[in-house]
Amino acid sequence: MMSIQAELQNAPPEKLVCNQVSKTFKTQRGSVLALDRVSLSVQEGEFVCLVGPSGCGKSTLLNIIAGLEQPDSGRVESSGQPVTDAGRDRMMMFQESALFPWLDVMGNVLFGLRLKPGLNNKERRDVAEFYIRLVGLEKFKRSNIHELSCGMTQRVALARALAPNPRVLLMDEPFAALDALTREQLYGDLQRIWQERRKTIVFVTHNVREAACLGDRVVLFSPHPGRVQEQFLVKLPRPRDINTVALAEYATEITRALKRHLKPETGEVAE
Amino acid sequence: MKRLLSAFIFFAVIVVTWEWLVRKGVWSPVLVPSPLDVLKYLAGAIRDGSMIDASFVTLKRLLLGYFTGLLLGLPLGLLNARFKFCQDTIGLLALGIQTLPSVCFAPLALLWFGLTETAMFSIVVMGSLWSVLLATDAGVRSVPPIYMRAARTMGSRGFHTWFAVILPAALPFIVSGMKQGWAFAWRSLMAAEIYITVLSGSGLGLLLHYGRELSALDQVFGIMLVIIAIGLLTDRLFFAPFERFLHRRWGLGNR
Ligand SMILES: Nc1ncnc2c1ncn2[C@@H]1O[C@H](COP(=O)(O)OP(=O)(O)OP(=O)(O)O)[C@@H](O)[C@H]1O
Ligand SMILES: [Mg+2]
Repeated sequence: MMSIQAELQNAPPEKLVCNQVSKTFKTQRGSVLALDRVSLSVQEGEFVCLVGPSGCGKSTLLNIIAGLEQPDSGRVESSGQPVTDAGRDRMMMFQESALFPWLDVMGNVLFGLRLKPGLNNKERRDVAEFYIRLVGLEKFKRSNIHELSCGMTQRVALARALAPNPRVLLMDEPFAALDALTREQLYGDLQRIWQERRKTIVFVTHNVREAACLGDRVVLFSPHPGRVQEQFLVKLPRPRDINTVALAEYATEITRALKRHLKPETGEVAE
Repeated sequence: MKRLLSAFIFFAVIVVTWEWLVRKGVWSPVLVPSPLDVLKYLAGAIRDGSMIDASFVTLKRLLLGYFTGLLLGLPLGLLNARFKFCQDTIGLLALGIQTLPSVCFAPLALLWFGLTETAMFSIVVMGSLWSVLLATDAGVRSVPPIYMRAARTMGSRGFHTWFAVILPAALPFIVSGMKQGWAFAWRSLMAAEIYITVLSGSGLGLLLHYGRELSALDQVFGIMLVIIAIGLLTDRLFFAPFERFLHRRWGLGNR
């Protein structure tokens, strides 16, 4: 018999494991080491934020976890299975808008559901409507994509990513192009959805405050070559408000670490 | 409604001025028929059936050739975009032939097929095929890769990606290619009908040709009007729905 104490300390199973993942891009002007032996594990139901300066390989890592790109070396596992291709268990929200302009909001959210076996059309519509309601766009389900504002577009993208009910959500700077007010609203929505739907989320951002607000854990990346530098646990109660002092203190600490890892004159990483 | 009215007034003024100029003798009736004569000819030609028959023959040639061109051009364009080999072979051929006005095929078609419907058919196909092929190719190439990646994460593969993502994403290009193909087919068919007398059926172009031989100006003008009307009508019936869809969904163009 396991004691309650041991049971509580027993870490939940690891959902995502990146083991010594490296990736080099070859261009005409030479090769770029985008990721250098990056190891990262994410637990079931954890909210992890990846922070780092531009070009340090955050998107690349996310693409590899999504199965859209293959690492040159190293292994990625999802629920113990090696990742070889994209799959519905890991949905991605891209840095740029990837909604389909030839479909309306409903059509976009239905796209992934149509490909999901084991549902009839009525159920698919119901599921799509549920997620459209969840992101607060029920009035716009028949709207065309070009008629939506930027914030609404990102909500649709979120609904589309959630609709096939993935266990893991990979989000690449989803709110970067939004104004502060809309963003704050979406922080609230995302935390609520994450708790209600019990997702595992890997969230990429430039914004340290955003990372401290959303993440259970903040992982700091450094560029050229892309590496994991440092990790921070954010122990604040949820739902979090981005404007609190306690959160600002975390953000300051992370920002200081971020600066420490960058030599100002070259932008290179201090060893 | 207001736009309809302004269009109506515009054309009414033109016709009235035209009639007036002919009556006054400013324009010689040998060179310009009066609108009334043209109308009379049209009424007569419609009543005796010659106009209907000619329009039917022309439209049949056009539709048959155009849709064949479309049915060949679309898949060939897709193959072109997908396989380097096709691009280096058919693609190059298409690029070369597209610069050749398709009526230039008329002499060759005559030598190969004689004065037959097949000759006409091949000229119309040549007019539409290459435009559609090249536009489909260009459209598929211009689809942002992010759409394919997004579709892949949602479980789309192979044929599904082609039909549910790539083709619709390329639709604006494909529609404009279809329109261009239609315009080329229509022009080359008219040129061919004027140039070649095919005995199995006389189209509008042939009637136009006879009008010139007989110096029947009312016939020449009347048939030109019918040709314009058919051009306008097909544009409204075939392409306007597509364009409205593109406008509504993509927010492209203005109408
Ligand atoms: N397809 C590609 N071909 C060549 N180089 C690439 C490619 N994709 C990324 N890179 C390079 O890999 C490095 C990491 O790119 P990545 O997009 O992962 O950065 P990022 O951390 O997401 O940056 P940002 O925050 O600006 O989005 C960059 O130096 C970039 O130039
Ligand atoms: Mg990026």
